[in-house]
Amino acid sequence: MERKLILRGALAGAAAGLIAFVFARIFAEPQIQAAIDYESGRDAAQHALDEAAGLPVEHAGHDIFSRTLQANLGAGAGLVLFGVAMGALFAVAFAICLGRVGTLRPRNLAMLVALGGFLGVYFVPFLKYPANPPSIGHEDTIHDRGNLYLAMVACSIVLLIGAVLLGKRLRPRFGNWNATLLAIAAYVAIIGVLMAVLPSVGHLAANVEEYGRHATETPLPLTDAKGNIVYPGFDADRLYAFRLYSVGAQVLLWGVIGLIFGPLAERLLQPRKDRTEQAEPVRTA
Amino acid sequence: MSNLSAPTSVSTPVVVPVSRAVMWLVGTAIVAFALYYFIGVDQGAYSIFGKDMHIHEFVHDARHFLGFPCH
Repeated sequence: MERKLILRGALAGAAAGLIAFVFARIFAEPQIQAAIDYESGRDAAQHALDEAAGLPVEHAGHDIFSRTLQANLGAGAGLVLFGVAMGALFAVAFAICLGRVGTLRPRNLAMLVALGGFLGVYFVPFLKYPANPPSIGHEDTIHDRGNLYLAMVACSIVLLIGAVLLGKRLRPRFGNWNATLLAIAAYVAIIGVLMAVLPSVGHLAANVEEYGRHATETPLPLTDAKGNIVYPGFDADRLYAFRLYSVGAQVLLWGVIGLIFGPLAERLLQPRKDRTEQAEPVRTA
Repeated sequence: MSNLSAPTSVSTPVVVPVSRAVMWLVGTAIVAFALYYFIGVDQGAYSIFGKDMHIHEFVHDARHFLGFPCH
């Protein structure tokens, strides 16, 4: 049974990744291209400033893949494979939850597990360390930023599992509704403390040293020696649009996983009664 | 399908006994996390292929879009 569920999860994930890619290709790719253009323009302005000041100018290396390849094949492969990975993880979580989290139809359980995946894997970490388009993010801090992001993802997933276990434990004493609310409150409280304790990306030592104390790495206006603005900061509307589409794609990804997997799982789990008349009960390992 | 919509008071039976399924569940989770790592993290914060940037550059847009730190 678990093999059948995992296969269906991976397939649902692939389909969801493909749909998320179509969404991203239409809405997010123009934002990504504009952000890359901004970065190129800013680098050119920085070079002109450095040259005028007599500083050594380093030239960027050539790209390994063309932008066309990155925006279509690369992004498509990335999103579909991400979908497969998340679909498989989703199926594992679903298989473990089956029969252990109360009376839920497979479809409803699928949507709840998908909600958990969206929150645990993406959205809760996003609240602390949101998605950024190209040109936001300093190369020197990638190691720290990567660690912080992964720590946030790991903690949000583990705490989410903990909240489900807590809810199950509290249920006999407080009833279903109150136990659920208490578990959610505990999750929010702990993750809130964690978010307050973890440093903002802009507050990393390397950033404070080079750019001063700012909350994020979003580029500020570039100024010359006299303080005149020679190149604008990153467009706030563009950043908002990119993040909105990033969230939208993940809602789509997890939503489609749940919507495709739910009916598939229901067909797999429920035909026992219908089929017992004609065939032996479905009870494979 | 009528048996599905009727509310039941008994708990749904455990369908996948974890003791028997554990190899498949754990194996799948490991493969899924490995995929997650290669799509999102490798050749960024960490790199198991040294200074090579082919994976990073290939999935570059997806990486930004999926919320991973990049560059």
